Amino acid sequence: MAAVIRTAGVTKVYGEGATALRALTDVDLEIRAGQLTLLMGPSGSGKTTLLSILGCILRGTSGSLEILGQRVDGLPEGELPRIRRDAIGFVFQGFNLFPALTALENVSLALDVRGVRRRAAEKRAAELIREVGLAEKSKSYPADLSGGQKQRVAIARALAGDPPIVLADEPTAALDSTNGKIVIELLQRLAHKHGRAVVMVTHDPRVLSYGDRIIHLEDGRIVREESGTRTEEEMTAGVMVSIETGETKA
Amino acid sequence: MGLLARRNLFHDKVRFGVTLTGIVFALVLIIIQFGLFLGFTTTTSNNIDHSKADLWIVFHGVGYFDTGRTFSERKFYQVLATPGVAEAEKYMQAFARWKRPDGRIENIQIIGVRPGSEMGQPWNVVAGSAADLKREDAILVDELYKEKLGVQQIGDRVEIGGHRARVVGFTRGIRSFTTSPFVYASFKNSLDYTNPTSSETDVGYIVVKAAPGISIATLKKNLSERLSDVDIYTTAEFSRKTRFYWMFTTGAGLAVLTAALMGLIVGVAVVAQTIYAATVDHIREYGTLKAMGATNGYLYRVLIEQAVSSAVLGYVLAMVVAHFVVAGSEKGGALILMPLEMKLGLFVLAIFMCVAAAIVSINKVTKIDPAMVFRG
Repeated sequence: MAAVIRTAGVTKVYGEGATALRALTDVDLEIRAGQLTLLMGPSGSGKTTLLSILGCILRGTSGSLEILGQRVDGLPEGELPRIRRDAIGFVFQGFNLFPALTALENVSLALDVRGVRRRAAEKRAAELIREVGLAEKSKSYPADLSGGQKQRVAIARALAGDPPIVLADEPTAALDSTNGKIVIELLQRLAHKHGRAVVMVTHDPRVLSYGDRIIHLEDGRIVREESGTRTEEEMTAGVMVSIETGETKA
Repeated sequence: MGLLARRNLFHDKVRFGVTLTGIVFALVLIIIQFGLFLGFTTTTSNNIDHSKADLWIVFHGVGYFDTGRTFSERKFYQVLATPGVAEAEKYMQAFARWKRPDGRIENIQIIGVRPGSEMGQPWNVVAGSAADLKREDAILVDELYKEKLGVQQIGDRVEIGGHRARVVGFTRGIRSFTTSPFVYASFKNSLDYTNPTSSETDVGYIVVKAAPGISIATLKKNLSERLSDVDIYTTAEFSRKTRFYWMFTTGAGLAVLTAALMGLIVGVAVVAQTIYAATVDHIREYGTLKAMGATNGYLYRVLIEQAVSSAVLGYVLAMVVAHFVVAGSEKGGALILMPLEMKLGLFVLAIFMCVAAAIVSINKVTKIDPAMVFRG
C-alpha cells in the first residue's frame, strides 16, 4: 500500500535554552492508505504533537514531512491551509462542532471553506450525514446530539473534502463504550472501505483490536510497532463495508 | 461563510443582546455628546445665522456676539451712504432684568431689531407675528421659556428694566446657551429696556445687505474704507468667530467639547471591547476553522461580516433611541442636534469602529495556534 505520509527524523522542541522541552525525537514513520493506524503512549509521549505535525498545523523543529509525495516541511505558512483542505480531515476529541450550526450546516461549512457553492455543499453534506447514519438528525444543533452523534457529525465533516488522510485525536475518549464502538468502527470502515489513511491518537484499550498498525510512543520516540489482526491480503483487497450499516461484503 | 457569521451572531441571544447593547450605548453616547456640542455651537450663533444679513459691523475689537459694546449711531448713516449697500439696520443685543408677573426677577437678553425689516428678525414665530414688534411695548419670547419668564399667552404683561412690556408672540426653538433667554423687541424699545438713560445714538451692531450685483467682499472693502473703529465681518465669519469664542475660550464650551471627545473615546472603547469579546468568545471555533484549512482571508471575511452586521443593527437601534432623546431635548434646557451629516457620519463611524475592533481581534484569531484544537 502506498505511503501517504512519510516522516524522516522529525524532531520537535518547544522553547529554547534551559526551558526547552523535547516533545519528539527522530520520528521516522510511514502512514499508508487503507489502514487504521493507532498512535498510543502515555501522556506526554508526543502523540498529539506528532498528530499536529502530520496534520500540517504544527511544524517540526527538524526532519522532513511528505504528504501525498510532496515535501511540506519547507512550504511557506500560507501554503499549509491548502494542504489541510486538500489532503486532511480532522476529528477532535472535543468534537469542535460549531454550536450555532446544525449538523448539516457543520458539514456544509467544511465545504464552504473549500469554496464549494452553497447548494452543492448542502447536497454533499446531506449525503455524508446520511452515510454516518444521522439523516434524521441533520437539522439538530450539536447541543441536542449525544456525544456519539456529535462525533459522527465531526467525522462526516472531516470527510467533506474527500481527504485521503483522516487524523483523529482521541475520538472515543469522551464517549461511552457503545458510542465509542460506533465511532471506531466508522473510522475503521473509512480506512478499509474507502482506502483512506486513518491515524488515530488514543489511550483507549477498547480500540486496540481495530487498529491495523499500533505505534507506541514514549518520551517522544517510537519505541514499538505492532500489526493488527487483518491479513495483508485483506488490507490490499479491500473490504466492502457500508459505513451506514456496517454490513460487510466480500 | 455568511451563514457562520450570521449564526454566530444570533445564536447566543444573551451575547448578541450584550453586543448590541454595547454598540447602541456607545452610539447613543456619541450622538448625545456630539449633539450637545452641535446644539451648543449652533445656539451661540443662532441670531447671526438667521439674520439674513450679508455683513455685520461691530465695535472694533468685538470678536463675537453677546458682548454688548455699542458705538455711535452716526456710523449707521455712513453705512447707508456707502455704495453697494442695499439695506442696513441697527441691531441691539444687551442683557436686561425681566420682572415676572409674580414679581420674581430673571435675566434676559434683549435683541432689538427694526420691525418689518428683512434682517435680524426672530424666526420660527408660532404665535403672533414679528411685525407685531412695532406695536407699543411689544416683545416676542420663545415658548421654551414660558415657565421661566412667567408668561403663558399673547397679551401677558411684564416689566423689563422698569419699562412695561407685552407679549405679542412666541417663537419656537430659539434658545440661549446662557441662562438668559432671548427676548425680541423693536430697536427703540430695546434701548429703553437695557439702559433707560441712553439715547438712540447707541448702536450695538449694524447689519448690512449688499445691493444686487455687488460682491460682499467689495462691499466689505468699501465699508472698511469709510468706517473707523469698527470691525466688519461677513455673516459666516462673525458666526464662526462667535462659535469659536464660546467653544474654545470659555469653560462651558470646553466642557461640552471635552464631553463630546470623551463620548467618542468611550464609545469607541465600548464598541471595541464588545466586538473583541464577542470574537474571543468564538476563538476556539476560529481555531477549528484554521485546522480545517480556512485561510486568513476566510476568517477576515467572517469577522468583518459579523462586525458590519453588528454595526448596522446597532446603528438602526441607536437611531431609534436617539430620535426619542433628540425629540425630548427640543422641550428641554439643552439642545441636542442630529443633522443628516451627523447621521451619515455616525453610520460610517459605527461601521469603522466595529470593523476596526474586528480587525484587532482578527490579529488574535490569525495568530491562533491551530494546535489548540487538539487540546481537549
